[in-house]
Amino acid sequence: MSAATDPSANDEGAVKDPDIDAAHARHWRRSIRLTVVLLVVWAIAGLGCGVWFAAELNEVTFLGFPLGFWFAQQGAIATFVVLILIYALTMRRYDRRLAAELAAIKTEERRS
Amino acid sequence: MSVQQWTFLLVGVTFSLYLFVAFRARVKDTRGFYVAGRGVPAIANGMATAADWMSAASFLGMAGTISLLGYAGGVYLMGWTGGFVLLALLLAPYLRKFGRFTVPDFVGDRFESSAARLVALVCALFISFTYVAGQMRGVGIVFARFLEVDVTLGVVIGMALVFIYATLGGMKGITYTQVAQYWVLICAFVIPVVAVSYQLTGQPVPQLGMGSELPAATGGQRLLDTLNTIHKDLGFLSYTEAFTGKWDRINVFCTTLALMVGTAGLPHVIVRFYTVKNVQAARWSGFWALLFISVLYLTAPATAAFARYYVIDSINGKVESELPSWYQTWSKIGLLVWLDDGDGKLAYRGPAYKADNELFRIGKLSTTEFADIKVEHQKWLDSEGANGSDGRVVMTEKNLAGPDADILVLAMPEMANLAAWIIALVAAGGLAAALSTASGLLLVISSSIAHDLYYRMLRPQATEAQRLSLSRKAIGVAVVIAGVVGIYPPGFVAEVVAFAFGLAASSFFPVLVLGIFSVRVGTVPAIAGMVCGIGFTATYILSTVYFGGSRWCFGIGPQGIGTIGMVVNFAVALSLTPFCKPPSEAVRALVSRIRAPEDDEESAGNPPAAH
Repeated sequence: MSAATDPSANDEGAVKDPDIDAAHARHWRRSIRLTVVLLVVWAIAGLGCGVWFAAELNEVTFLGFPLGFWFAQQGAIATFVVLILIYALTMRRYDRRLAAELAAIKTEERRS
Repeated sequence: MSVQQWTFLLVGVTFSLYLFVAFRARVKDTRGFYVAGRGVPAIANGMATAADWMSAASFLGMAGTISLLGYAGGVYLMGWTGGFVLLALLLAPYLRKFGRFTVPDFVGDRFESSAARLVALVCALFISFTYVAGQMRGVGIVFARFLEVDVTLGVVIGMALVFIYATLGGMKGITYTQVAQYWVLICAFVIPVVAVSYQLTGQPVPQLGMGSELPAATGGQRLLDTLNTIHKDLGFLSYTEAFTGKWDRINVFCTTLALMVGTAGLPHVIVRFYTVKNVQAARWSGFWALLFISVLYLTAPATAAFARYYVIDSINGKVESELPSWYQTWSKIGLLVWLDDGDGKLAYRGPAYKADNELFRIGKLSTTEFADIKVEHQKWLDSEGANGSDGRVVMTEKNLAGPDADILVLAMPEMANLAAWIIALVAAGGLAAALSTASGLLLVISSSIAHDLYYRMLRPQATEAQRLSLSRKAIGVAVVIAGVVGIYPPGFVAEVVAFAFGLAASSFFPVLVLGIFSVRVGTVPAIAGMVCGIGFTATYILSTVYFGGSRWCFGIGPQGIGTIGMVVNFAVALSLTPFCKPPSEAVRALVSRIRAPEDDEESAGNPPAAH
């Protein structure tokens, strides 16, 4: 099968069953997608609003703060906490989904 | 009861608590010693990570630094918290799944090379030693300021305490002691600020108080607007405006990113995620850690703004008899000094009117050096400029204008006339912050020597008992070295700590990310990347700081250059990869194993077969 030679499909390893491999590959793709999305938000909140566009955002007032200043000293940090929370919650769901898929494969095999 | 009696009482109670906790958590094997038997619950690990992370510098220095920098202080706030997002998403769960003891372990096994392991080991030791020296110094200073004992004796007491609980309980003892230290330090930081916020703005939540209006008697304007006006009148850079002075856009950006990436690459933080039960728990403890850290980091900007207002308001334009008591306390030890121009009124001015500024700090000058400056200044005053020399010019040239940044957190409760026990609590909090960070670092040093160097590289046949005894001895030696450096600090320590982040950013972080997210990157590109990244960063720092070289790389300062070093590391490793041998089958299996979330209980005790 192609996964063994193609370096991009890298969920190859000790596991031999192609169905199990595919389940692991799906789980890995889902984790990567989640990680990329969260890191984009991370960059926008911290490096974007807090740094790169801070001077422009400072024209706006929020809770008594100039907005760029608020992002640099409050908003970015609060966003970071929420991002890790979302990550932990979503990954727990993905892990359960993978466990369910693997369990289904095992019952299937026992039946056949 | 006086402040000093309260301080003795609270320091005594908290120290006994730490020793009691460590005694309850003592361990007998290397797994307990290095990774607390991998049985630490996520929430406790989060608290311990928070205490480990928040050092004497975070507790005492950071709010003061923000207070002096204004907007640019956000560099430290975002840098030191944003790194945890990278850590929790990119490294922690996978390194936990890998399931060994240290960072050099992963680098060595994943890239199948003792050379890579050795490079990682040297980086880990260098970073940890520079850090721990600063912590021991912090312990000594807190003792000296609050209990009026000698700095040296303070350092020795701190050394003895850390030595006892680290050798007794290893990682397990340290972890549960850090949980206790977290509560001490966070209460000590937050309680005074809540009180001050309520006094100043009528709003008890400091994060909101910072954006609120001052009472009508003091202008009725918003606090931040008032600060901006005062700053402008006195010649300081604006408090809230972005990109002022040498903090231009590119430098704020690069420094923030270098601190973020450096945080994610610090070995004493990474190793904390090895102590939890499984991958799930590693993710959750990343969340808890940042949540607990954010309590301090979201409060510090408020501390900074309130303190800035109080400092200027209570001393600028005042005559000797009107100065508050905290001014007397801290001027005695040189954290702020006043060199008058002859009118008897204290003038605190910013860079725009620096010739008129009369407020300075002693900094690294010795007491005799400063006494000489003072004598010359008095001569200059008495002769109306004919003899002696203007001390204000001398001090400005030495870059010592304005008060010491450390003063703000320490003086905050006194500025607001809070009760004696709160002032004492701040002392206990400062000690907790310094001790918790020092103990975490000492454990990294000990495990680097006893595990990575001795067991993995020199004597793989060593028994469990030999390794455990060597670990304890290594902590002993490390404590003594750290203590000596704390008592006789070489001038470069403070600067080096800031650079540790640049070095971690340009060495560890890219290599760990590539090791996890690529199966293709092999030995040669990884080592080449690390060497080029750290080589570039170290050369740039040395040439700009010590040899007066120009900032030829986009005008980026030495604190931000780690960002470029990281890019260099990634670029070198990735561009060499197509030309080099791919990793072995065993490493490919290792990588797919660390990416799969399950099988934790099975693999926790058994090292992988991949080497």
